[in-house]
Amino acid sequence: MSDQSAVLSPRHIPDRLDSPLKRALKSWETLLLVVAIAIAIANSLASPYFLDPWNLSDATFNFTEKAILALAMTFVIISGEIDLSVASIIALASTAMGAAAQAGAGTPVLFLIGLSVGLACGLFNGVLVARLGLPAIVATIGTMSLYRGIAYVVLGDQVYKNYPADFAVFGQGYAVWIFSIEFVTFLVLAVIAGVVLHKTIFGRQVYAVGNNALAARFSGVKVQRIKFIVFLMTGAAAGLASVMLTSRLGSTRPSIAVGWELDAVTMAVLGGVGINGGTGNILGVVIAAFVMGLVTFGLGLLNVPGIVMSIFMGLMLILVIALPLVAQRINRHRRAAR
Amino acid sequence: MNTIRSLFARREALLVLACLLLLAAITARFPAFSTPRNLAGVFNDTSILIMMALGQSAVILTKSIDLSVAANVALTGMTVAMLNHLAPGLPVIVLIVVALCMGMLLGAINGFLVWWLDIPAIVVTLGTMTIFRGLAFVESGGAWVNAHEMSATFLELPRALVLGLPVLSWVGLLAIALAVLLFTRTGLGRAFYATGGNAVAAIYAGIDIGKTRFLAFVLSGGVAGLCGYLWVSRYAVAYVDVASGFELDTIAACVIGGVSTIGGVGTVGGVVLGALFLGIIKNALPVIGISPFWQMAISGAIIITAVVINARGERVKGRVILRRKELPL
Repeated sequence: MSDQSAVLSPRHIPDRLDSPLKRALKSWETLLLVVAIAIAIANSLASPYFLDPWNLSDATFNFTEKAILALAMTFVIISGEIDLSVASIIALASTAMGAAAQAGAGTPVLFLIGLSVGLACGLFNGVLVARLGLPAIVATIGTMSLYRGIAYVVLGDQVYKNYPADFAVFGQGYAVWIFSIEFVTFLVLAVIAGVVLHKTIFGRQVYAVGNNALAARFSGVKVQRIKFIVFLMTGAAAGLASVMLTSRLGSTRPSIAVGWELDAVTMAVLGGVGINGGTGNILGVVIAAFVMGLVTFGLGLLNVPGIVMSIFMGLMLILVIALPLVAQRINRHRRAAR
Repeated sequence: MNTIRSLFARREALLVLACLLLLAAITARFPAFSTPRNLAGVFNDTSILIMMALGQSAVILTKSIDLSVAANVALTGMTVAMLNHLAPGLPVIVLIVVALCMGMLLGAINGFLVWWLDIPAIVVTLGTMTIFRGLAFVESGGAWVNAHEMSATFLELPRALVLGLPVLSWVGLLAIALAVLLFTRTGLGRAFYATGGNAVAAIYAGIDIGKTRFLAFVLSGGVAGLCGYLWVSRYAVAYVDVASGFELDTIAACVIGGVSTIGGVGTVGGVVLGALFLGIIKNALPVIGISPFWQMAISGAIIITAVVINARGERVKGRVILRRKELPL
């Protein structure tokens, strides 16, 4: 969508790089970290309950599922695509688990069903985008409607809530002390995602596909396969998030996780992942997840309603992308004036 | 033979056929569905979708997308409903102008971010979508504005009969006529096609593609604003979740109508037929006794099918000179 700039201004490469320390200090991740700390301090001043360890532990619950989506979304966006169907996959997987629980399935079976429905949805997205070559935006807008639509067909205005008692472990259990199973899972997945994206051939190929798919193809990268795999990844992540969310809530409605695709995309973009593909890293996304978690929790402590919080999310998404561009523009003007 | 084949290759002909088959199938079991009176009702019911799909198609033609149109409807609709509630003496025409201007302003915000900062439209409108709906909540405090809180003229205008058709239908017909003029007979219309069809060539031809996109967003926003009033007055209620998910329907109508999401391809006739196709299905579901909960899944399936068909069609297109080669992905 940036045809004009792509045509008129080639990418500039600086003559000399700053020192590594200076670069680290000036990096997006450092800025995010400062923001996260500032928000934490502001929260602890605004509410005396904020720094209580159990309170902080509770705070992790409202963003870990979204953060897991964001980890997979990072791969998709870096590869130059987007997946808007993740929230609907959660709804469909949750509905499938609900139906199975109704039929008397046990916890391990439910877990497997949630994960495999997620994978199946991701597979379908992958076929549409990678095999049939459809634009990801429209294809996943279609499946977004389809997946949640199926959940509505099955459930209507009903609700599933007959989950076995031990199913609650995924969303409500604790691994060690104040660290919930959800949170620990997220941390482990973040490490895995970081290693895969930054230390493996597959990770390099994801960047290559997002930067220049044609060049990647001529370099022997199986572009379609990479795209297919990243959509499988979002599907699996959505399936896992669905298991956790369903287990945490203990119920399934077709409107479960509405609008989460926005949060996942926002987290990734806030974390410094370029929306046009090819740039970004996992560390940034992880810090961004904490920033968003802290913001929503802080606003929650101040009794701000959810829909007003979503205004902040929307604003954050736009500002995070707009501010660097504005700064760049001002810089360029200043340089031109000199 | 060749002319017949090319006729069938045209999206419009295919859609007319699909609509007729659909109508025939429904009529076979429920003859009352195809009475002129009921069909006029279906058109009236689909008018808002037709208008907003036309606005959306202008944006998609320029290779952008506007996900914020439904939230725009909710915000402008809530605003005019509350204005009407607080100042019942205000003439409806003033409220319509307010809705139109406010819609254009909201569209201009989207367009400005896309134009000036070159942020991808999907990101901008994903953000403004939640912001607009959130503002509707802030404005109303989550409360509803119900029929008895609106003035009689505010409610009656879209329903008033002129030559046997409600004003809402006439507005829809007028919008179609204006869209035909705009898309096929004006420089701006050509610029929409050029910007999406081949941005590089458009720039060399002296078209400001950023400004063209901006104007497309203003148009789509203005239409959504007007529909905000029409929606609230037609359904006689304003609340935060008005038109929730309707942006998907407008995109679906465009895609079904053969508008290419890669930009530059699409016709007014196709979009109108795409919207009517969805409208017929939506109105037929309760008649043939299928739960309205099916609607979302059906429109999802139709979107996917239509995109697949569009992609097939684009593959066999002739040589395009000067187009920057799309990656053969």
